[in-house]
Amino acid sequence: MTPRQNAVQLSQVSKRFGRVTAVDDVSLTIEDGEFFSLLGPSGCGKTTTLRLIAGFELPDRGDVFIGGKRQGETPPYQRPVNTVFQNYALFPHMNIAENVAFGLIMRKVPKQDILRRVSAALEMVRLPGMEHRRPDQLSGGQQQRVALARALVNEPQVLLLDEPLGALDMKLRKAMQLELKSLQERVGITFVYVTHDQEEALTMSDRIAVMSRGRVLQVDPPHEVYERPLNRFVADFIGETNFLVGVVKAAGRGKATVAVDGQLPLEVPAERLPGTGEEVTIAIRPEKISLHAEPPDQRAVAGTVDEVVYFGTNTCYLVALTDQTTVTVRCQNQQVGQHVSFPQGARVYLHWQQESVRLLRE
Amino acid sequence: MGKRPASRRAIVRLLVLIGPSLLYLLTFFLFPLLLVFAISFGERGTYGGVRWVLNLQNYVRFFDPLSLRIFGRTLYIALATTIICLVIGYPLAYFIGTRSPRWRNGLLLLLMIPFWTNFLVRTYAWLLLLRDAGVINLVWTGALHNLVSALAAAVPIPLWQPLLQATASPIRIYGTDSAIIIGLVYGWLPQMVLPCYAATERLDFSLVEAAQDLYANRFKSFTRVILPLTMPGVVAGSILVFIPSLGAYITPDLLGGAKSIMIGNVIYSQFMSARDYPFGSAVSFLLMAVMLIGTLIYFRLGTARTHVTDEGGI
Ligand SMILES: Nc1ncnc2c1ncn2[C@@H]1O[C@H](COP(=O)(O)OP(=O)(O)O)[C@@H](O)[C@H]1O
Ligand SMILES: [Mg+2]
Repeated sequence: MTPRQNAVQLSQVSKRFGRVTAVDDVSLTIEDGEFFSLLGPSGCGKTTTLRLIAGFELPDRGDVFIGGKRQGETPPYQRPVNTVFQNYALFPHMNIAENVAFGLIMRKVPKQDILRRVSAALEMVRLPGMEHRRPDQLSGGQQQRVALARALVNEPQVLLLDEPLGALDMKLRKAMQLELKSLQERVGITFVYVTHDQEEALTMSDRIAVMSRGRVLQVDPPHEVYERPLNRFVADFIGETNFLVGVVKAAGRGKATVAVDGQLPLEVPAERLPGTGEEVTIAIRPEKISLHAEPPDQRAVAGTVDEVVYFGTNTCYLVALTDQTTVTVRCQNQQVGQHVSFPQGARVYLHWQQESVRLLRE
Repeated sequence: MGKRPASRRAIVRLLVLIGPSLLYLLTFFLFPLLLVFAISFGERGTYGGVRWVLNLQNYVRFFDPLSLRIFGRTLYIALATTIICLVIGYPLAYFIGTRSPRWRNGLLLLLMIPFWTNFLVRTYAWLLLLRDAGVINLVWTGALHNLVSALAAAVPIPLWQPLLQATASPIRIYGTDSAIIIGLVYGWLPQMVLPCYAATERLDFSLVEAAQDLYANRFKSFTRVILPLTMPGVVAGSILVFIPSLGAYITPDLLGGAKSIMIGNVIYSQFMSARDYPFGSAVSFLLMAVMLIGTLIYFRLGTARTHVTDEGGI
């Protein structure tokens, strides 16, 4: 018996729609009180995974557990979860108070409690006094809050959110991200949050499951997913990454020596040791590379500046190696007047900390 | 100053645009209506013409027991038709509306196919089915009766006796109110299905899922979400069935026999055989008034039902 109970567990769950396998052998354990995100490109099966937990879809294979209880074919209205729908799905024929009270009325909560809990919920999402408005009289952001209140008022074991901020504009979205996160910490309810926005997932989540084509590729805290991607897809989908192809010169003691662009061999940390002579891909983030006019040590790679793009907080250099691969380098602009250190055509040396590089499994 | 010609142009344009339909309505709707209204205060001439006097005699005449009984039966038949159409039509519309788009059009087509045949012919077909020597009764008193007799001979238990008696004589449907209701339901069912279908198709099913997510079982999600949101279709469908049923003439004429007649037949006979134009006009006007009042009440009820949670909720 672990002290922290699992809020949700998916065990080898698969779901097909005709020829499409929307969810493919997914196993996940989501802990109680966790802010857990499902992240992946559109069509990768995030919504289907959420619907499997909510009970709107039943798995073809595998089991869904909520609070340790196997759900089987339990209908949605008997599961201890609530959903914030992507399009909010507020009832247009009811006012805000009736919308929020709906779940409580269905569960036959006493009327005094309903009134109290509804106004507390509207207070919580900072919409007091809106009780008698109709959904179409509210802005998108306000509707979003009502949807949140309507779900949270039921105090579910797990709250499922399907791209809840997707329809909001950029500024409102950023504000709501912070608000959602602090709300989750306050109420302590497990959130399962679906998004295709990697930045959103990184800033809000305790853990992220990165999905692609119905499969879960990696489940880790944000910094792990970012700093230590397990494979090329994760490295590519989250943030910017340079992929460099090299040949292994030697391998041993958790390290591989790789020659990139036929240049001086570099040492790369490797969990799984590749064979000598094998062609491998190494990944390095643009902001982890520094540029130098002279090689700072033996481990630098030489190139030529192809293009310089000024971004305000940083300047981006596209550096061409001799084998025509282009490496993106981002340099933070820490000092005024220093935004372009290397002009187009300049000969530069790329340098990075050994630990910044990832040797990728495909 | 510069505004006046502009607004005059706007008026001219408006007249040009609505002119034709306005003229049409005035000539073929409002004018005949006023004529009938005027006639309804007149008096029957000796040889069937209209004597232009001003009296309420025709309206008073309507309130005799016979007319009122026919009128009551008309109301009952129209109401029963509407309710039966709703009970059959709504689930059917919901079923069609929730199929995939590929199936929907095919199912709607199936619904419409009978309407490629003339209404009179289709009603006459019901006559052939329902009358005492009709298809249904041929089977009832023939094949079915023979089967029951054979069974009774083979297994002699008293259970067969009532069945034998029942199938010995034809079921009397033709000439009853039921026959008219069957004919009207058959005739107006699509008028109920189509608006209900349109409402179902427009329904956002994520709202039904939201209701189920919020602990509403299937029944509750129907009464709390699906029904209120498809209510406009129910209201429209009911009116589209009720109004023509109230004024029905061909169906009761063919299926109602001599005894079961509706107000439509009364109006017809006043104009065509009794040649009492003033009385026929008065009855027409009373019928129209009932239709109008009924429709208004129903609209009120319908829209009130859509917002019932205003008071019913919290
Ligand atoms: N009801 C459905 N019928 C058929 N295909 C579906 C259905 N729901 C989802 N799919 C398919 O399953 C895949 C995953 O969909 P979804 O879970 O909605 O992805 P995401 O939410 O990550 O964008 C997609 O290819 C989608 O077309
Ligand atoms: Mg989705």
